[in-house]
Amino acid sequence: MLLPNKKGRFGPYGGKYVPETLMPALEELEAAYHAVRRDPAFKKELADGLKNYVGRPTPLYFAQRLSERLGGAKVYLKREDLCHTGAHKINNTMGQILLTQKMGKQRVIAETGAGQHGVAVATVAARAGLACEVYMGTEDMERQGLNVIRMRLLGAKVTGVDAGSRTLKDAISEAMRDWTTNVRTTHYILGSVLGPHPYPMMIRDFQSVIGQEARQQIMRAEGRLPETLIACVGGGSNAIGLFYPFLSDKSVRMVGVEAGGRGIAPGQHAARFAGGSVGVLQGTMTYLLQDPSGQIQTTHSVSAGLDYAAVGPEHSYYRDMKRIDYTYVTDEEALAAFKLLAETEGILPALESAHAIAHLVKVAPGMGKDQLVIVNLSGRGDKDVHQLSRMEAFASMIKNTE
Amino acid sequence: MSRIESTFKSLAARGEKALIAYVMAGDPSLAQTTEIVFAMEKAGADMIELGVPFSDPVADGPTIQRADERALKQGTTLRAVLDMVSVLRRQTKIPLILMTYCNPIYAFGLPAFFKEAKGAGVDGLIIPDLPYEESKEFLSQARRHGVDLILMVAPTTPPERAERLMKEGSGFIYYVSLTGITGVPMAEKEAVRERIRRLKTITDVPIAVGFGISNPETAQEMARSADGIIVGSALVNIIETASNDPSYLSRLTGLVSSLKAAIRS
Repeated sequence: MLLPNKKGRFGPYGGKYVPETLMPALEELEAAYHAVRRDPAFKKELADGLKNYVGRPTPLYFAQRLSERLGGAKVYLKREDLCHTGAHKINNTMGQILLTQKMGKQRVIAETGAGQHGVAVATVAARAGLACEVYMGTEDMERQGLNVIRMRLLGAKVTGVDAGSRTLKDAISEAMRDWTTNVRTTHYILGSVLGPHPYPMMIRDFQSVIGQEARQQIMRAEGRLPETLIACVGGGSNAIGLFYPFLSDKSVRMVGVEAGGRGIAPGQHAARFAGGSVGVLQGTMTYLLQDPSGQIQTTHSVSAGLDYAAVGPEHSYYRDMKRIDYTYVTDEEALAAFKLLAETEGILPALESAHAIAHLVKVAPGMGKDQLVIVNLSGRGDKDVHQLSRMEAFASMIKNTE
Repeated sequence: MSRIESTFKSLAARGEKALIAYVMAGDPSLAQTTEIVFAMEKAGADMIELGVPFSDPVADGPTIQRADERALKQGTTLRAVLDMVSVLRRQTKIPLILMTYCNPIYAFGLPAFFKEAKGAGVDGLIIPDLPYEESKEFLSQARRHGVDLILMVAPTTPPERAERLMKEGSGFIYYVSLTGITGVPMAEKEAVRERIRRLKTITDVPIAVGFGISNPETAQEMARSADGIIVGSALVNIIETASNDPSYLSRLTGLVSSLKAAIRS
């Protein structure tokens, strides 16, 4: 199965819905990517960087106490939180920065929600000696202040976006406007499997290293494939990165976990498959949250990285095909999972990844002790500590254990 | 011949260039948009481009974005704009062109939209996030219902691609003067004119130039090469002051008539 097709479609989803000004740049990017994707020199350079700079392969860690606490399946965590900069995002930015250099562009721009992608772009731009500007919603700048400082320390310009809901969606629009203006000198490093073709395909390929490693690691550790894979889905790059190398393993069940926020009501969540319908946003046709007249709805999640109105088009396709199941957990469930992982394993997960753990909490107890689950721990929670300390609900949870 | 084509033709016969004036429908209200359209027609606008608000207008600068927000706050929907067009159409023959993004049209339903748009009296359609590659179904619906689908050519568009776009589009070609978004001043005017001159050697379809035209001087310079000019943000900037200055309409018509005077001569 070779997806997407030449037009960048995953079934009916995907495509390139962008202003004419950007079309030649997308064609240039596609050509540049096709030229390098099977080029041994490029692959070697990328692999070296992933090994010696990012710290790959990341461990596949058997979470014994968590498994015992849940009393069911044997739980493994794919430790993307141990990547340099603290999340899986850098797998993609390492690939795209090499591509930027091949295309001879001098400046990179990016959008960021939780700030993890922004930090990953600022990091590789510093390493490559390229100018970098990151767009971030002002609401996200408030709740992820630590990452704003990290980006600035890395030499990036962080530009606040005050339009709309002041979150990830508005940051993407602003980055697209910058790209439209500076397209001749600038490459836009999109951070998830979103946007126009070839981004969803290219970013999936760069993130697939997660699943390739996990597949080998579980075979080495257990001699067999897992029953279930679980990952959170904002745009969906960590999820597709883990799932993609297992797609043809029919026995492996895959679950993508969206942000249920305060519950499935307009403006209160970011669960596109629970409350959404098909439309076009920011370059791609996919499931999104919209009102009956096609206006994009505001979203809510405690996790800035999942707080987005559209899902990657490839996810929409596998959902239709029933190859991947999608569900959601609420803010409250994610926060409880955050605390559980901290207490049982000594790991603070990113609030995004805590959504995957929250789903694990629901399903693991019902599974047999010989059944294997891999959860993608896509990022670490250091960035969320400040936000959590200000949350009343969480403060009382901390108190309860004293 | 479509109403847009025949307007270009009769203007050309008089040695005139077309002034295409953009307003956001529903800003400050749909009732006032109707007034604005009539006032601009009277002041010399040859065609009206009506923005239909969208929550995430990626091709637009801050001026139009704020107009989108104001119009959405008024509850303006594509349905309401079509109803307004059908009322306008009973009172004027001026070509009316809708400008909106893909998603409101998809949400409306493609066949239903084209049928109702034609019925209401819409002449043309501009969709900035619909490049030629994604336009197949739109083009076939547009042809079936006799609505002009106006395609954009950008400074980054290679010549072979421009040639294909000019074959597929109808009404006129929207030449985007700059690599960027709406509402930014145009810098390299001579280069833009040269580009338009070259495009004119490969097409008979009228070429209108937009993005970055805010004053009579730039309008005049562009009209020396193009068949029409499109002005948006400069007009929307005046409408933005409507709430605290009731005389905004006379300033608006003042700008429209000075733009038309500049491209008439």
